[in-house]
Order: sequence, then C-alpha cells, then structure tokens
Amino acid sequence: MSDESKKAPYIVPIGPNHPALKEPVMFTFEMEGEMVRDVDFAPGQTHRGIEWMGMRRNPVQIVHLTDRICGICGVSHTLAFARAVEQVTGIEVPERADYIRAIIAEFERIQSHLLWAGVAAHELGFDSLLHLTWRVREQSMDVIENLTGNRVNYGIVQVGGVRRDIVPEQHRIIEECLSTYEGLLGKLLNLFLDDKTITMRCRDCGVLSRKEALDLCTVGPTARASGVNVDLRQDYPYAAYGDLEVKAILPDQHLGETHGDVYDRIVVRLLEVGQSCQIIRQCLSEMPAGPFTAEEKLAKLLAICKKATGEAIGRVEAPRGECFHYVRMDGKEAPSTWKVKASSYSNLMSWIPMLRGEQIADIPIIVASIDPCLSCTDRVAVVRDGSSRILTKENLHRLSVEKTRRLQS
Amino acid sequence: MTLLGIATMGMWCILLSLFALAGGLFLLGVDRKLAAHMQARIGPPIRQPFIDVAKLLQKENIVPANAIPCLFHLAPVIALVSSIVVLFYLPVGSILPVLGVYGDLVLVMYLLAVPALAMVAGGFASGSPYATVGAQREMVTMIAYEFPLAIVVIGVAWRLGAAGLPLPFTLGTIAANPIWTLVGPVGFIGALLLLLVLAVVTPAELSRIPFDTQEAETELAGGLLVEYSGRNLAMFYLAQGVKTLVFAAVIIAIFFPWNLSGLLAMPPWLAWPADLLFFLVKSILVLFFAVTLVRVGMARFRINQVVSLYWVYLSVIGFLGLILLMADASLVTLGVVGA
Repeated sequence: MSDESKKAPYIVPIGPNHPALKEPVMFTFEMEGEMVRDVDFAPGQTHRGIEWMGMRRNPVQIVHLTDRICGICGVSHTLAFARAVEQVTGIEVPERADYIRAIIAEFERIQSHLLWAGVAAHELGFDSLLHLTWRVREQSMDVIENLTGNRVNYGIVQVGGVRRDIVPEQHRIIEECLSTYEGLLGKLLNLFLDDKTITMRCRDCGVLSRKEALDLCTVGPTARASGVNVDLRQDYPYAAYGDLEVKAILPDQHLGETHGDVYDRIVVRLLEVGQSCQIIRQCLSEMPAGPFTAEEKLAKLLAICKKATGEAIGRVEAPRGECFHYVRMDGKEAPSTWKVKASSYSNLMSWIPMLRGEQIADIPIIVASIDPCLSCTDRVAVVRDGSSRILTKENLHRLSVEKTRRLQS
Repeated sequence: MTLLGIATMGMWCILLSLFALAGGLFLLGVDRKLAAHMQARIGPPIRQPFIDVAKLLQKENIVPANAIPCLFHLAPVIALVSSIVVLFYLPVGSILPVLGVYGDLVLVMYLLAVPALAMVAGGFASGSPYATVGAQREMVTMIAYEFPLAIVVIGVAWRLGAAGLPLPFTLGTIAANPIWTLVGPVGFIGALLLLLVLAVVTPAELSRIPFDTQEAETELAGGLLVEYSGRNLAMFYLAQGVKTLVFAAVIIAIFFPWNLSGLLAMPPWLAWPADLLFFLVKSILVLFFAVTLVRVGMARFRINQVVSLYWVYLSVIGFLGLILLMADASLVTLGVVGA
C-alpha cells in the first residue's frame, strides 16, 4: 500500500435519493480519502412533462399549470408566463395589478429564503435552527394565504392582471408580518452569521469565484454571493419594480468583502429577506387605485389569446434567480411552443467547481447552497437519429449573429 | 469463590443488564424530549425508544449482498454486550461495582472503546461506501478523543494516589473519595477543567452532534449504520442507549459519586431504590448538559475540525488541569494550603 498509485480513488454515489438531497439528482463523487477529487452529476430523475401538458391547453389554463412547476416559487413561474403571453397578445396590465404581483412575489421570496435557511441549517446538522426558521416562516405563509387564498400554488396571477385585490383591511396584516420580520432579521443574522460552528463550516467552503460565476452564467443569489451584480428587478424591471428602489444585494455590502463561499450565500439570502420587507412596504404606500385586471371575463381573454400570433419571453427574478419563459403563439388555442427555464438550470453547473477539492462533510451544504429546484429544471432531451452534437459558446454566438442578420434583412 | 458467590454475582449482572437496557432507552427518550422542547417542538413520548426497539425487532433483517455476513451479524452483538459489561465495573447508585475486584478504571476505558470498534467492524463489513467512510471517521474520532479521555482518567487517579489512597484506579476508591473533597482551590480548578474535558468527550463517545460525523444523516445517510436494519439495528440502538447510561455513570463515578443515602439519613430498605433514582436523576443532568444542550446548540463539525479540537484544544485544557492538580498536590504536601 506504500505505492501512491495503488491508492485508486473510490467512487461514492450520492443520489438519486439521499437525505442530503431534497429532490432526486444523481451525483458520482470520485473521492480520495475525505476529499472530493472529481464530481459529475446527472439530473433528469424527476421529469414531469409540464411543458407537454401546457402545449395542449390554452394560456388561461397554463397559468394555473405554471403554479405547479415549483412548489416554492410558484408565483415567479406564473408571472413569467403571464408576462410572455401579455407581450404576445399586447394586453396592458393595470398598474395596481403590477403592485400586487410585486407584493406576492416578494412574500414568496421571504418564505423561500427562510425555507432555504432552515434546510441549510439542517444540512449542517443544526436542527434547532431549522425548527426556529421554519417556525418564523409560517407567518409569511399565513399572510400569503390571507392574500391569495392558498399557502402554496397561489393561483393569484392571471394573464392581464391578478385575480384578487388587496383590500385596506389586509394592509394591517401585512404590516404586522413585516414588522415581525424586520424585528427578527437581526436575530436571524446573528444566529446564522455569528455562530461559531456555522462560520467554521461555511467560510471558504464551496467557493465559486466571480469569474466562474460569470462563465457559468449563474443567476440569482448564487451569482450575487460571488460578487456578480445581477438582479432582474434592478437590471430589467418588470411588474412594479421600475417604480421601486431595488438594488442587488451583494455580500460586500454587509461584510466589506466577497468570498463567494457558502457563508456569502447565507448572507445574501438573509439580507434579501430584509430587502423584500422594504419593497413590500414601498409597494403598499405607493400602490395606485384602479382595476386589478385588464380583462375580467375569461371568455374574452381567451378570445384575445386565440387571435394572437408572435413570440415573447417573460423573465422574472425568482428567489433562486432568473426564471425564464418563452412562449410562441400562432393563432391557435394552445401556444405552439412553451419553454420554461427554471433558475436552477443556470446554477446547477456551478456545483462542479464548488465541490471539487472539498470534503465529503461539505457536500450536503454545498449542494444545498445554490438552493436547487430540480423538478422545475428537469426536461426531456430528445436525441434525433441517435446522433448528438454539442453547441459550444462559439456555435451559439454564430447562430445568434445569423438570426440578428435575418431579422435585419 | 463459592458456587453461591458466583450465583449471586450472576444474578446481579442480569439485574444490572436489564437496568442498563431499560435505563439507556429511558435516557434516550428523555434526551429526545428535552431536545424537542428546546427546539419548540412537542417531541415524541419518553417511551418512544422502547416502541422503536419493539418495532425494529419485528422488522426484516437485511444483509447486503456484498457484506461479510458473520462479521456483519457479530458486530451489533459485541457492541451491545461490551457496553453492558462496562456497567458491571461501575458503581450504580449505592450498588458497588459487581465485578469491581476484577477490573479498574483502565479496564473501563478499554471496554468503552470496544462498542466503537465493533461498529467500525460492522461498518467495514457492510460493504457500502457510506459505511466505509463512516467507519474511517469513527476510527479517526476514536483516536482523537481517547487521548483527552486518558488525561482525565490519569489526572484524577494520580491525584487520589498523591493523596495517599491505596489503589487509586479502582472505581470503589474513586467513588468513595470524591476528587473535590481532596483538593485545594488550585486543584479544584484543575478538576473543573478535567470535568470540562470529559463533558466534551461525551458527545463524541456517544456519536452525537456536533461529533456525529461517523453517522451524519445528511452526509452519509447514517454512515456506519446505513446497511443495518431490523434486529441488528435494534441491537445497535440498544447499545447506543446503554453507552449513554454507561458514560453518564463514568462521569458520575469520577466527579459526582455522592449518594442520597450518604447525604440524608434514611432507613436501609429505602436507601437502595432512593440511590438508584438519584443516580438516574444525576445521569439525566449529565446527559442534559453534556449531550442534549450541546447537540441542540451546535452544527456538525467536519472530521478534521473534530481532530484538531480534541488533539489541540482539549488536550491543552486537559494538560492544564493535570498540571493544576499536580501543583495542588505539592502545595497540600507542603502544607501551604490545607485540604
């Protein structure tokens, strides 16, 4: 055994089902002792065929299907889809609806980030913190239920607006929840960031450098934690965000430096909870009066959608990052193409540089640190004639240049 | 020894084994309940571990295809038996160590390592990569905490020896002469440091958070125990309970050996059950501070952090305690400070 070369690396499979993974994905780790030498992963274990179902339905039905793409960021998918359809059909969304959409989206962000914080604590073996964060998360769930009627799968967004108004009596409930969270935020920051064991486990663990984050096109808190200043709410405002003050949260705002590690991802997500509270408060005070939907009658709405032709994309900053919906409609009841790109799709590849060189003990927290949402991400890949080819960055660039030329001529 | 003597001893051993099994599971239940309350949960009933064991005993006992069956089946038995045997050498309440004449604290230390070694053997025999990694971690953890543990044991026994007591390593001597009553103020601080070291060794010995790297549910899916099920898992679970009781008994014997009957005057028929109850209360307290409170308030360490914690920090604290005890002994001998 003295010969170094005889110590072959051994393979540790993690997944498709494993306590560290909340959703199925298959990891193959090449280990050397406790250290990860190399890693590969295979998503695609939990495909549900939602796009297939959607392309056999009309946009009003699909809106409720999009709620079910993700159990956590339901409203982000709905909003992205609705915005794509609104652009194709040319429906103008009333301003009040935009504000209500933003409020729900921010509440979703609060509950999603708190849920993630609990999961992260559990992955670290800190179950008390899991129970604490999930208990305080309940209040945001209650408010969401009060506003939309549902705890998950809200069903609030419709093409052209929202399905329920926020009445003045509800302002008090929202306000109460916000002040609770603003009071709690300091405590949560203290519990997560000043805890010795969490710092020991998360600092300089699962580092994703700014360059890697850019190269891999990561989005959302994963990218921001590496110091990439991206946030759709700030870069390409949608809904009411154009009127609101939204600045991307970067870890150096809180700590003065960016490491791009798991700790920074905790910092970004927790600070975003506070930011969401401020945004909701701003929305409430600036929300204009008026209708909350462009077209109340669904039959009329369907008729508009049926006539529409064209293509559009809807982009929304979901809690996990950019959520992207592409819709093409060609004058039929169902859209001819509907493509969903969940935020985790852009983030999954960042696992590889994060995990390389780390210890087995850090695998769960690093895997969880990008807040993966695998059932939202998984798609079927159809390989025609058994031949496969890889489109590199250069290929894609060439294709897009060709398309631009085509459009110009 | 007469036949009657052997029979009495055997009877005591059987009684103690039953007490160890029941008491261990009870302690696990108390631990779960206390942890739940600290996490703002209701938690399972205290009898839950008993229900779990009863259920596990009815379940299928699966042996993986690439396991080594004889070793795989033997490991849980060794773990359970060896952890029960330790209790025969320890005072439980006012019951003096049953086999006390045959072994002392050094033997107890060796025996404490056996359940862990059995788990390592079982882990390697499971033929699962998780169990293999878990077994490696268990060995590393053992190597890490054995040294501070040895410092505590030697420190206390050496101080008793320095006080002129015969046979300082026997549990009877240690329990009869609480270290606190022998030492001066300097030694008191030294003994406190050693108690701290022993308290920090406890969660590692019992593989609880933050030192449960070898089982680490979220990392290794149970690690050492991942392939175990049914009767074998039940035995490991029982062994876990017994180990909890035994380690509490070790801490009690070394640092808190007082009995209720020694403090309050009571009729002899009451002394025995009262002391046993008092022993259980003491073990719950020890368990609460050394295990429950720690596991509720901390995240899991990485294995390299475990090693550096024990080898560097706790060894230094242990040595400091040892040096203070030595200084105390020489001060007392010189007559500077009265004991």
